[in-house]
Amino acid sequence: MRHLLLIAAVLCGTAAAASEHAAIGGGQFSSVLPQGPGNEPVTVAPFKLDRHPVTNAEFLAFVLKQPRWRRDRVATLFADAGYLAHWRSATDLGGDLRPQQPVTRVSWFAAKAYCESRGERLPTWYEWEYAAAASETVPDARGDPAWRQRILDWYAQPSPPVLPDVGRSPANYYGVSDLHGLIWEWVLDFNALLVSSDSREQGGADRLRFCGEGALSAADREHYAVLMRIAFLSSLEARYTTANLGFRCAQDAR
Amino acid sequence: MSKRLSQVWLVVLCALALSACSKQSPSSAPAAPADTGGSASGDFGPPQGEPVKAVLTSPPNVPPPTGRTHPAKVIVELEVREVQKPIAEGVNYTFWTFGGTTPGSFIRIRQGDTVEFHLKNYPDNKMPHNIDLHGVTGPGGGAASSFTAPGHESQFTFKALNRGLYVYHCATAPVGMHVANGMYGLIFVEPPEGMPPVDHEYYVMQGDFYTVGKYREKGDQPFDMQKAIDENPTYVLFNGMEGSLTGDRALTAKTGETVRLYVGNGGPNLVSSFHVIGEIFDKVWFEGGTRFQENVQTTLIPAGGAVIAQFKLEVPGSYILVDHSIFRAFNKGALAILKADGPERKDIYSGKEVDATYLGDKALSMAAVGEAAAARAAGKLTKEDQIKAGGLLFNGTCSVCHQPNGAGLPNVFPPLAKSDFLMADKERSIDIVLNGRTGKVTVNGAEYNSVMPPMSQHTDDEVANILTFVRNSWGNQGEAVSKDEVAKRRGATQRPPGAAR
Repeated sequence: MRHLLLIAAVLCGTAAAASEHAAIGGGQFSSVLPQGPGNEPVTVAPFKLDRHPVTNAEFLAFVLKQPRWRRDRVATLFADAGYLAHWRSATDLGGDLRPQQPVTRVSWFAAKAYCESRGERLPTWYEWEYAAAASETVPDARGDPAWRQRILDWYAQPSPPVLPDVGRSPANYYGVSDLHGLIWEWVLDFNALLVSSDSREQGGADRLRFCGEGALSAADREHYAVLMRIAFLSSLEARYTTANLGFRCAQDAR
Repeated sequence: MSKRLSQVWLVVLCALALSACSKQSPSSAPAAPADTGGSASGDFGPPQGEPVKAVLTSPPNVPPPTGRTHPAKVIVELEVREVQKPIAEGVNYTFWTFGGTTPGSFIRIRQGDTVEFHLKNYPDNKMPHNIDLHGVTGPGGGAASSFTAPGHESQFTFKALNRGLYVYHCATAPVGMHVANGMYGLIFVEPPEGMPPVDHEYYVMQGDFYTVGKYREKGDQPFDMQKAIDENPTYVLFNGMEGSLTGDRALTAKTGETVRLYVGNGGPNLVSSFHVIGEIFDKVWFEGGTRFQENVQTTLIPAGGAVIAQFKLEVPGSYILVDHSIFRAFNKGALAILKADGPERKDIYSGKEVDATYLGDKALSMAAVGEAAAARAAGKLTKEDQIKAGGLLFNGTCSVCHQPNGAGLPNVFPPLAKSDFLMADKERSIDIVLNGRTGKVTVNGAEYNSVMPPMSQHTDDEVANILTFVRNSWGNQGEAVSKDEVAKRRGATQRPPGAAR
């Protein structure tokens, strides 16, 4: 009997988790960060993506289940001093935070461990970029000045003292919300984005390594709003945390 | 060490020899050595003494001279803050700043110093940032070594081999946007002997800004990338805000004092034609370099460049700092004020001595005006002289609206001919000429509602003559108006703002 209940609970949990995902049919698209010389389209395989970023409540449940990710127990190799520092304690959000706010101040290691605890993974940059290219009505809105301006408006605002809850912005074409305008998000391959820490290096021996650099020039100014996200990600190390940096999970479509 | 010393002596000796040779023109001031040696002569050995924490100042202040005679280790801690602040009255903009201000904190060190630089990216910031100091010798000027995520800190060390005034700025992609949002400032690498003392040192930095809304359009204004690419700024500003250095915030000095300005141009796009209205730069260390030019009216400051400009103040008053690409000054905000207090110096600048009508080849026909003035001075002025002179003056100014026949324009400009309003009150008519009049007025039963500007640029003589003419023309009959009557009214009533005295 107890076993049955447990199985039911697990099944229900799985069902709930499944509805949190949006299925995104893959395809070819032109990334702001092409894979190689020339501007070949990038192929993205079908995948599933969380409809909203992981919340404080979800991450709290995770650290309660896996105490080695509590802020007082985490290995300093895996998270810097700012890790979950805004929570009241290692196991309590405190009164100033809301459960439905996106969790921030998490390292890449912790985000990755969270997704793996759900049998999932972090999205790759291409997956994230592909999903984030959509507006509410079309899958690729990157040519739409209004879409671009909304991204830039977020950059133009200093951080709000209190982050809004997740899921407040309208879902996009795929049913995914908050890809822009709420927080930065970790991606699985953030440290392979190959952007130099001095963005002005564009020629020279490292030309190939810095192939993304060509795109950082004004010639691709339509994409600079998205490139600023890459610039942000490239400033990070896997143990870093920041006040505006959270994540969501993905998985391969089956 | 002793080898290095002897090398220094050699350089000094050579320099002396060279300057001796070049001392042929008798007028030349003590000449600087022909070649100070650049970076090759900028290494004075390892830092000595305890590390020094650099004094950083917000604009328009400049840190005090280092006062050091030896190379030191200097620790600079600069914090990046993303802040929303007014860019003009009622207009907010999100500035990305070094030290909380645009331009960023002023850094002052001495040539040969070893600088341990800490760049801190404030935890609440959204963006990664870095810093490229033009005073750094090394790839990227520190940019690659200082790329920093929010809530983190980077450190790098450099030796300041070249003296001079240098711009620093953020170099994170998109570079232009980070600069356009105000991420620049100045670092001054003092020559080893320091700068000659002056009474005031000020920090002024120009920058161009690109907002989605128009100039002075109220509210929160985001950055406009397209305008930036088109190099079409909405604002061109000194110290990051329209009015940052005017009114109560104006720079101040006293006459007899010498002022030195450290002026940078952060860009991102425009080159500045820096000029101070009413002053001549006694010295300009052009391009922020080692030598100075003398007696300069306007100096060019490239984007990403700087200048040291110095002048002595003789005459009190307001001196206006502008970019002499002059529409930027009066239509985009590139204007600052230096107020000099002190006693008048009429021997150097008189102020306005004569304010008379000049009519070029019409001068002959205006002879009656001069004759009337002379006649009054001689005490022989007649009403006829006044009417003659007043008529000429009337035709030069008043007839434009009131018409040559004094009939005015129906519904727009009231008539003077047979005007009950005019003739009813002589004192009032004097006041109206001096101060203008706005609003409803009933003349000969008809209502008028328009604006007459003050005509106080006319002398008391002229106003008296004009009114005497008007009160005795087109069927009007009245007594003459005297200069003394006008003078009395001019003294008794206050000029409207902007009107001539």
